[in-house]
Amino acid sequence: MTAVQSTPGPSDAIDAPRSPYRRSKPTRTNFELYAWLFMRMSGVLLVVLVLGHLFINLMLGDGIHQVDFAFVAGKWASPFWKVWDLAMLWLAMLHGTNGVRTIINDYAERNGTRFWLKMGLYAAFTLTVVLGTLVIFTFDPCPIGADPALLPEFCPAR
Amino acid sequence: MARTLMPTVSGPTGTLYRGREGMWSWVGHRITGVLIFIFLLVHVLDTALVVVSPEAYDAVISSYKNPIVGMGEAGLVAAVLFHAFNGIRVMLIDFWSKGPRYHRQLFWGVIAVWVLLFVPFMVRHLSIIFSPVHG
Repeated sequence: MTAVQSTPGPSDAIDAPRSPYRRSKPTRTNFELYAWLFMRMSGVLLVVLVLGHLFINLMLGDGIHQVDFAFVAGKWASPFWKVWDLAMLWLAMLHGTNGVRTIINDYAERNGTRFWLKMGLYAAFTLTVVLGTLVIFTFDPCPIGADPALLPEFCPAR
Repeated sequence: MARTLMPTVSGPTGTLYRGREGMWSWVGHRITGVLIFIFLLVHVLDTALVVVSPEAYDAVISSYKNPIVGMGEAGLVAAVLFHAFNGIRVMLIDFWSKGPRYHRQLFWGVIAVWVLLFVPFMVRHLSIIFSPVHG
C-alpha cells in the first residue's frame, strides 16, 4: 500500500472507508532481533576473553604491579594475545555501544536529545575501535631511541 | 471487590522484571554495564600510549600503582564479575526452558559465584596493591 493518509493525487484512488493505515513507518529489517542475539553471542565470548584477561594481568605473576611497557610488549610478541585483545576490543566495544544505545533509547525522551547522545556514542565507538585496532597492528615492541631498560628482554637494544 | 478486577500478574516471587530479584539484577546489569563501558574507553586510550613511547606508557601506568587506583580496579572487577555471571543468568532465562521459572534462584546463584570469585581475588589483589612497587 502506498500514499496512506495523504491527499489523493490525480492517479490515486481514495482508500475504501476503514481501510487499515500505517501508524508508523515499518522498520523493514530485523535489526533489533540481530542486536539482541549479538548481545548474547558476544556476551558468552566476552566472559571468557575478559575474565581470562583479568586473570592473566591481575592475578598471575606480580598482579597489577607487573604491568608496564615490557609486559605489554611480551604479550603482543605472540599473535595469540594480539588476536585475543583485538577480538576483545571489537566485541566489547560493539556489546557496550549497543548496551548504551538501548539505555539512551530508554531514558532520553526528546528526539533531539536521543539523536545527539547516540551520535556522541557512535563517535566514541569509532574513535576507540579505530585507535585500538591501529595500536595493536602498528605496535613495535623494540622502538628505536627508547630507554633500553624499559624494553622487553628479547629486544636487541637490551 | 476491586481485588478481583486486578489482573494477576505476580505470584509470590514477582515477575521477571517487576520487583525483587528480577528487577534489581536488571538495575545492577545496567549500572555495571555503563561503568565498564566508560572504563573501556579510558583503558583503550591509556593502552594506546604504548605506540607513543615506553616512557609515556610506563609514566601513566606507574601513576595507577597505588592503593587508591587499586581499589578502583577492585570495583571494576566486582562490576565485571556481576555483569558476566548475571549475563549468563539472562541467557539461561532466554534459552533454557526452565530459566524463567528459576530466575530468582539463578540470581542468588550469581551472587554466590560472585562471592566465591571476588573474595579470593580481593585477598590476592589487596596484598599486591598494599605492597611496595619494585622496578
